[in-house]
Amino acid sequence: MDLSTKYLGLELRNPLVASAGPLTSTADGVRQLVDAGVGAVVLPSLFEEELRHQADQDSRLAAAGTESFPEALSYLPDTTFDHWPHRYLHLIEQATAAAGPGVPVIASLNGVSTGGWTDYATAMQEAGAAAIELNIYYLPRDPLIPARDAERRYTEILISVKAAVRIPVAVKIGPYFSSPGEMATLLDRAGADGLVLFNRFMQTDIDPETFTVSAGFRLSSPGESALPRSWIALLRGKVRCSLAATTGVETPADVAAYLLAGADVVMTTSALLRHGPGYAGHLLDGLAGWMHRKGFGTVAELRGLLSAEAGLAVPGRTGYLSAIEQATHAFSNVATR
Amino acid sequence: MTRATIDGNEAAVSAAYRLNDVCCIYPITPSSPMAELADEWSSKGRPNVWGGVPTVVEMQSEGGAAGALHGSLQGGSLTTTFTASQGLLLMIPNMYKIAGELTPAVFHVAARSLAAQGLSIFGDHSDVMAVRQTGFAMLCSASVQEAHDLAVVAQAASLATRVPFVHFFDGFRTSHELNACELLSDDELRSLVSYDLVRAHRSRALSPEHPVVRGTAQNPDVYFQARETVNPFYAAVPGAVEAAMSSLASLTGRRYELVSYQGHPDADRVVVVMGSGAETAAATAKHLAERGERVGVVQVRLFRPFPASALLAALPASVTRVAVLDRTKEPGSLGEPLFLDVLAALAEASSSGRSMPLVTGGRYGLSSKEFTPGMIAGVFDELSRPAPRPRFTVGITDDVSGTSLPYDDSLDIEDPATTRAVFFGLGSDGTVSANKNSIKILGDAGQHAQGYFVYDSKKSGSETVSHLRFGPDPIKAPYLIRRAGFVGVHQARLIGRGEVLERAAPGAVVLLNTPVPPAAVWDSLPEVARSQIQAKKLTLYAIDAAAVAGEAGLGGRVNTVLQTCFFAISGVLPQEEAIPAIKKAIAKSYGRRGSGVVARNNAAVDAAVAGLHRVEVPSGDMPSAGVAPDAEAAIPAEAPEFVRTVTAAMLAGRGDELPVSALPADGTYPPGTSKYEKRNISDLVAVWDPELCIQCGNCSFVCPHSVIRSTFYPDGLLDEAPDGFPAMPLDSRGLPDRSFTLQVYAEDCTGCGLCVEACPVPVRGAVLARPSFPDQPAPTDLPASPDRPPGPAAPGTPVHKAINLGPYDRDHVRRNVAFFETLPLADRSRVDFGTVRGAQFLQPLFEFSGACAGCGETPYIRLLSQLFGDRLMVANATGCSSIYGGNLPTTPWTTNRDGRGPAWSNSLFEDNAEFGLGFRLAADQQLALARSRLREVRDAVGSELADAILDAPQRRESEYAAQRARVSELTERLGTLDAENPSVRDLLSVADHLVRRSVWIVGGDGWAYDIGAGGLDHVLASGRDVNVLVLDTEVYSNTGGQASKATPLGAVAKFAAAGKRVPKKDLALQAIAYGSVYVARVAMGADPQQTLRALREAEAYDGPSLVIAYSHCIAHGIEKDGQLLRNGMDQQYRAVASGYWPLIRYDAVTRAFLLDSPRPRLPLSAYTGQELRFRILARTDPQAAAQLAERAEQEVRQRWTTYEEMAARGPERFPAADGSA
Repeated sequence: MDLSTKYLGLELRNPLVASAGPLTSTADGVRQLVDAGVGAVVLPSLFEEELRHQADQDSRLAAAGTESFPEALSYLPDTTFDHWPHRYLHLIEQATAAAGPGVPVIASLNGVSTGGWTDYATAMQEAGAAAIELNIYYLPRDPLIPARDAERRYTEILISVKAAVRIPVAVKIGPYFSSPGEMATLLDRAGADGLVLFNRFMQTDIDPETFTVSAGFRLSSPGESALPRSWIALLRGKVRCSLAATTGVETPADVAAYLLAGADVVMTTSALLRHGPGYAGHLLDGLAGWMHRKGFGTVAELRGLLSAEAGLAVPGRTGYLSAIEQATHAFSNVATR
Repeated sequence: MTRATIDGNEAAVSAAYRLNDVCCIYPITPSSPMAELADEWSSKGRPNVWGGVPTVVEMQSEGGAAGALHGSLQGGSLTTTFTASQGLLLMIPNMYKIAGELTPAVFHVAARSLAAQGLSIFGDHSDVMAVRQTGFAMLCSASVQEAHDLAVVAQAASLATRVPFVHFFDGFRTSHELNACELLSDDELRSLVSYDLVRAHRSRALSPEHPVVRGTAQNPDVYFQARETVNPFYAAVPGAVEAAMSSLASLTGRRYELVSYQGHPDADRVVVVMGSGAETAAATAKHLAERGERVGVVQVRLFRPFPASALLAALPASVTRVAVLDRTKEPGSLGEPLFLDVLAALAEASSSGRSMPLVTGGRYGLSSKEFTPGMIAGVFDELSRPAPRPRFTVGITDDVSGTSLPYDDSLDIEDPATTRAVFFGLGSDGTVSANKNSIKILGDAGQHAQGYFVYDSKKSGSETVSHLRFGPDPIKAPYLIRRAGFVGVHQARLIGRGEVLERAAPGAVVLLNTPVPPAAVWDSLPEVARSQIQAKKLTLYAIDAAAVAGEAGLGGRVNTVLQTCFFAISGVLPQEEAIPAIKKAIAKSYGRRGSGVVARNNAAVDAAVAGLHRVEVPSGDMPSAGVAPDAEAAIPAEAPEFVRTVTAAMLAGRGDELPVSALPADGTYPPGTSKYEKRNISDLVAVWDPELCIQCGNCSFVCPHSVIRSTFYPDGLLDEAPDGFPAMPLDSRGLPDRSFTLQVYAEDCTGCGLCVEACPVPVRGAVLARPSFPDQPAPTDLPASPDRPPGPAAPGTPVHKAINLGPYDRDHVRRNVAFFETLPLADRSRVDFGTVRGAQFLQPLFEFSGACAGCGETPYIRLLSQLFGDRLMVANATGCSSIYGGNLPTTPWTTNRDGRGPAWSNSLFEDNAEFGLGFRLAADQQLALARSRLREVRDAVGSELADAILDAPQRRESEYAAQRARVSELTERLGTLDAENPSVRDLLSVADHLVRRSVWIVGGDGWAYDIGAGGLDHVLASGRDVNVLVLDTEVYSNTGGQASKATPLGAVAKFAAAGKRVPKKDLALQAIAYGSVYVARVAMGADPQQTLRALREAEAYDGPSLVIAYSHCIAHGIEKDGQLLRNGMDQQYRAVASGYWPLIRYDAVTRAFLLDSPRPRLPLSAYTGQELRFRILARTDPQAAAQLAERAEQEVRQRWTTYEEMAARGPERFPAADGSA
């Protein structure tokens, strides 16, 4: 059985990619994932904002109490508190070493400033990252920002990073564009080597007991895979770049479904967190078993079989109406109860 | 050669580091920066001039440093050390050896006072004079430049002669003065210090390849002769020093002499002096000579071997009178050392025919006391009198022995071309840093610049005064500025301090930072300031720097704004040159932090000039008769006389004016004077909300400054209460009709917020302001752990609690506090000592110290004073706790309403355990005497009383109360007996000891783990009933965060800049190994109840006890919501919950090891990730950081396993030991 695939122009031994999460945040975790068989790993996002915040805080703390008391004019050795991602770059080196030559390590970047995007991306390349995933996490807080302006931000960042690095660059986006397909196409034309669909924006939770607002976080569930799968199916063949599916992978069947829709690779964090890194092996075995049962010898044979490009089975407006009818039928007795 | 504006320490170590292979170091003020720089350079791989990177090793004490140095020298490496004061004294034994073995080495000493009647960190020659007999040559530098140059001369001469050198300069005055210095390049150093001599030194090293024996024991037959063998080597020293000075002169043009003379060529009066005072003396003599006075100054640089012939050669033949000035005191001597040497040299010369002048000896400048041109002129005037005083002091008023000379302090000899500026600020506002930066800017612009900074004796709310001079010529004025052309007042409230505008010269420019709008500034000034401004015709500018900084996006950081204003209005540089220079400095300082930071600072620079307003000063029609609004807190009339006179003068900054008679002769000061110093240092203070309070006591338990007090009392007493006095019914069973009041001593509060964090009562139902949004990440925030609910603590979200930070009204607070102090205190016999709730009612006998806001040590000390205060004796190791515990002007250790309270003393850093043991020995001895005499007079005083006293149990508070009553009865009855009876007299003198004393030995980890470890170990092994409290901050906090053996693995500290590579020593396990020691490890922020239990058990145990207390510290780098140390107690919780700091108790009686904290339930990173000391390494060396973090986790796991195993052991598996001696 040949599970190998290509993603961002990189040769992968199989299409299962461990995406950003606690397991990929240490060299040891990466080693476990690679041992379990994953085709590539994506490191957790480097947040420029966090680095800046930390540098500011550290500078402030280092200055605290200085030049006040004659015996202790400072309390810590003289250090420059820059916002350079020393730890992250170290993680890339360690993870690359742990992964070995056959499994690409993809760095993930969430910048704030133009300089941050390009400088960090370059440094990631120098540290040995096989590719970079741009995690453009941008919330237009001002409700009056025009959609085009918000969208342009994505392409501008991509273009500047592409200009700065030699390694492939993927862009991870969310589904909340008026026309996600057009956005994907724009990014493709702007030079993206791959698109990762979709980012799950962290959203706010409110605790009505304590009147606090917090950043919510939940592992994804299989029900959430429908949206990215639909868009992958739609985009397959419409874009030049690779497509990566993420969100809602729990079983080998979910992996297969994404591949049938047209994904080049299938990413998961939640399932690996729920079941441990060794679960990657289970997913891959399951995929191979399914391929064997269905008579596929290679991933290429099945990729995009159920995509729009293949002219098959992507429900359009009639499908939508049919779905409403089915729902009405299924829940009719609830309404009358 | 490059010119740099640096301080004397850096100047010296710049040479010393590059000329040595090994530095053996230990922190001590004011020499620590030399060691810190050496360590920093070594950790960055900076090579010495011979291509190797010097090894820098921190030892456990200066004694250890000297030992290691001795060994390293014997091994053939060029080795140096940096020290001062007691540190130098600890090196004395080795100094004899090093000199006796003719081993070349240079010790660099920032000369400092010795602890005598009191400790002092400031500068004089007491320390170096105590080593003049060791055989070391001694070379004295008088300025920053000399500290650099003579460091090299000393090294060269030492290698040439094999005689070791002490190279010294005045602590603080030179060590901490910033001044222009021409630094020698590596090539120049190599040309001055011959490598052949280095090889010769190596060739004398001990080696098994050509073995020799050194360090023999010698007998009467040869020791004497062997001692005399070295004479030729000493005879060669002056010549070798001269040769090195001469090489330096031909290389640099800077000419030095062993003894130099400056002044009138035919002087009749001459002052002989050493150190920075020589610069002042020479400048003054020049000034006077230009006015026709025949005066001059002899500056001695080489003090040992004493260069008698050079001295005689330097002295003009015309001299008839000589005053020799010593910066030290040698009580009981015929005179101070320099005086005696000069006198002997002259007397010897006179016996050979030279005319003998009259020679007098005087003392000046002890402990950095100012030494000014006026004082020098006073000395010359004295020499003019028919019969000058043979011995004198100058600079003080000695109304006891009449030694002091009169002088005119207004003498101003400074070059008018020199710009003089003084700045008044707070330690926290960046004034000093900005001024240091200005000095560099002006130095870079080709000016000569000098900066000297005066700091506070308090660590919280501390005030700073910066003295800056700039000019076209080298600045040789090592004394404070009296008449400044520019006065910067960076905190509006400081302008009311008399000293501030006193330092302004007539016509000077004053810059005031004030939030008051320009039109209202004049009216906002205190009367004292207005009258000074008018009288001296000062020009006043005002700016709201906080507003300008805020608008530029700099938050509250005002230093850039005020620095720009200084340049804009002082005229020290043309504005078109100054602004680009400031921006260049900004780019240099903040460049690596991103363009945004630079842009914001540049915006602040541009806005600063626009925000500056000249304030119209009305001509003298203002009401001048009114009483000036007193910005200096008045001492209340009911304060003791000593406080109203002596302490008040010190508090007002007029301590220099106190005469000798005002001060205690033996260093004994009254306790409890901090309460008279209402500092009002925080605008926001703890404010109690009685409605919400559950009276748990948590807030007062954690309060570092004892400002939160509680009491309960009969409801009826409230009838007399002032309006608005807060009270609630006492929430306690069994005590009806009682009210409870929690009183905040707001004027003493530092606003640290520990109490707010400790309060368990958030209000429910309130709508909170400023929720956090997810795009404002709080990445360091920990996810809620199962046993620690997240609480409503979104960052920046104010939650209303039962105690909160808020503004206060001084009058209101004063009224309430005054009434509160009339309320009865809780009866100690009825308070539950075992609970936090109960302990809040115990009066703290340690209050309002100068410790840092949010200090992690003082809550333990306060608790100690509450629990045992009225029978407490404290031996306090030198360190933070001895400084905030006993640094004048005011004393925080206080008394209860009966006048009883802790008796406190500090001996030294290295001997505290032994010192405390001495307390115990004396107490036991006197108790034994009391008991034996009581038996002798048993019948006379009444057998029932005597037996009751002799048999009294003394462990519970009620038992102490009963025993006190009995002893008081006994004293009364003894008063009726025959006063001549020796037993009665004896018993009266020691009867107090019949109430059991509680002896506590208190100190930090620097003492307990390092310098005092040997003594501590011995005292713990003594079996005596002493209690040791180790306030473990895991670094030398007081000297600025140097690593100790308590510093944890992976943490960065000074002397461990690459991260500590060895785990923290487990002091608890060491003590448990004795079997006879009660041992506890506590962290009050994690389990206050366990802390309370441990302290009480330790005290109750009739044998040695050791309590190791986790103390968060400013050196850890922690903050919450931008407020330093606010999360200190939470960090203690994390330390325990992660398993880093397991809470334990070992009971030596039952031989049970109790593990009081639950299994680790947080990852270690949840604790370490919060602290800058652990985060730094991840920036500088991520790989090492990751490895060390991994090792640290392993270490935590291993230790936990060991502890769990120990907790499961039966008593038979611990060493059996009799509990007491």
